[in-house]
Amino acid sequence: MELTSSLGLIAPEILLSVAGLFLLLVAAWAGDRASSAISIAACVVLGAAFFLVAPSVCAGAAGLETVAFGGQFRADAFAGFAKLMIYAAAGAALVVAPAFFTRYAAMRAEYPVLVLFGTLGMSIMVSATDLLTLYIGLEMQSLAAYVLAAFLRPDQRSAEAGLKYFVLGALASGILLFGASLLYGFTGTTQFELMRVAMAGPISTGTLFGIVFVLAGLAFKISAVPFHMWTPDVYEGAPTPVTQFFATAPKVAAIALTARVALDAFGTHADAWRQVVIFAALASIVVGALGAIGQTNIKRLLAYSSINNVGFILIGLAAATPQGASAMLVYLVIYVAMSVGSFVAVLMLRDEDGAPVERLADLAGLSRTKPALAFCLAAMMFSLAGIPPLFGFWGKFVVFQAAVQADLVALAAIGIAASVIGAFYYIKVVKVMYFDEAVNVVRDRSDWAHWALLIISTALMSPLGYLLTGPLSVLADRAAASLFFLV
Amino acid sequence: MIQAFAFYLFAALVLASGAFTILARNPVHSVLWLILAFFNAAGLMVIVGAEFIAMLLVIVYVGAVAVLFLFVVMMLDIDFAELRSGLVRYFPLGLAIAVVLAAELVLGVGAYRAGALELGTPAAETAPLVGEANIVSIGALLYGRYLFLFESAGIILLVAMIGAIVLTQREARADAGRSQQNISRQVSRRPEEATVNTRPEVGQGVQL
Repeated sequence: MELTSSLGLIAPEILLSVAGLFLLLVAAWAGDRASSAISIAACVVLGAAFFLVAPSVCAGAAGLETVAFGGQFRADAFAGFAKLMIYAAAGAALVVAPAFFTRYAAMRAEYPVLVLFGTLGMSIMVSATDLLTLYIGLEMQSLAAYVLAAFLRPDQRSAEAGLKYFVLGALASGILLFGASLLYGFTGTTQFELMRVAMAGPISTGTLFGIVFVLAGLAFKISAVPFHMWTPDVYEGAPTPVTQFFATAPKVAAIALTARVALDAFGTHADAWRQVVIFAALASIVVGALGAIGQTNIKRLLAYSSINNVGFILIGLAAATPQGASAMLVYLVIYVAMSVGSFVAVLMLRDEDGAPVERLADLAGLSRTKPALAFCLAAMMFSLAGIPPLFGFWGKFVVFQAAVQADLVALAAIGIAASVIGAFYYIKVVKVMYFDEAVNVVRDRSDWAHWALLIISTALMSPLGYLLTGPLSVLADRAAASLFFLV
Repeated sequence: MIQAFAFYLFAALVLASGAFTILARNPVHSVLWLILAFFNAAGLMVIVGAEFIAMLLVIVYVGAVAVLFLFVVMMLDIDFAELRSGLVRYFPLGLAIAVVLAAELVLGVGAYRAGALELGTPAAETAPLVGEANIVSIGALLYGRYLFLFESAGIILLVAMIGAIVLTQREARADAGRSQQNISRQVSRRPEEATVNTRPEVGQGVQL
């Protein structure tokens, strides 16, 4: 009886894993010729999983009926909201991949399969309410990500990115596991619910150590400062569609997981972890803004931009209120749309030989050679900078509002000041595109799928996006409420 | 009495073979000492009544892991003398780390003994299945309460396997056919395709 209802709750995960296994067999028998067919099938599966999850998000599912497997897994509206973003971002990473890999004759049938299994891991992460589930989901996602980063094996930088990500990721997993073992030792349980109960009262030193170590391990996964060093190298070295995937789906999963751990398992001791999160938030904003200034590679620049954005998202978490969690989710939606748009625009840039363009200087004069593309990319940059008429401003606004409501005025003030520094390099990209002389011809050899993704994300970021604020905040509020619904 | 005797025998042998694993000059001997240590650890497990863990130690660690070590040690040409050459130079650093770790151990155990550390009490729901062999208890847990995690762990292993194949199979694909056996082609091969009759001139070789 309990098993049946649990299996019903993990229906999206079952769908993903069965489809992944089936497509793996297809890949094994049909080989790389079938890779585009498998990509399409994987997109269809992600779409189906999306619609499986959507009802629980709309209904704001919360409470006991969302708990599966005796408290190891919870399919509430918060998890559902994150899953919707993850499935959409994974689908986008599948759509842009074939055009990129075909140039290197490296489109392989395993790519969509690995993306599917990585998505399954993220899906488990955001639903985890037990340290064991947390770790299983995290490792499944990470293992798929290590392989994807090194997917262009003959390319030195891609292999280096994969190895670097693997070694540092293993270290972070070790730190996280050490923290988890301390938490288990001092609270006697691995389940978040029971852990929160066991932690009530004065906090012991051992538990505090556990909290800090677990948060440090998770900070690596969301690439928050001071655990961000791998991000620019991995983002630069990994194939661009994979970078786009890394900047969106795993970030959403890791941030949702961090929020659940902090607000659910450590919920009674917000003061204990809040200073850690505030430090990580401010450091990420500042380092992300300053580090990006000297970059000449667009992918490195976007990597620093993602570090910077994680800082703003963590401000929402630091508030430790339902408003903060809701603001965090709204920001995540906008961040995913902006990242997908920016990376798709970068993917569409090719030089005369059709090789991908990655240097910032190569964008010079894009407004004359490719006005439509330049316009979309400029919109993304202004939106990332948070310039008001664009939708990126709304995300920053709700996050700062939540911080001010939680009496974190100083944090919000420093965040706003640092976001002005960040605006410098976003606007620099626009300046290069619109005011510099063209040095070489940039063409785009893109198909309708790239344009469709770019137009959708530009439309979202344009002032038209404000039409969505109503439904978006209602759904995010429900999701945040389900996170705070204590069973 | 016999239990205490067996315990001290196994424990002493574990310690001794562990020490010899580190001290042995020949790496192959090290691995053999390691295998002895595993066997004795399995004996200790039998004494505490964890016969399944004992069996796993012998089958998995001795049967697979240690043999793998042995293969690696014998096949890789590692100059162990060179690896040891920095010993004197790094000795102070190693000693400092060892002292720090020992101090941490003493502090931790001391604090625990003094009652300064209060460990959590395990949630009460982990009552063992009374009267069952522990392989039954482990099976009941793995396929019952932890079914979801157990199956997910299986998928992790699958992902690792796909990853290993994706990353290493690449070079082999360049000259496809050499790395893979085409059974139907082998079976359907006729003798006349495989052999040729030639009549070379005296003093000339055969062109193959």
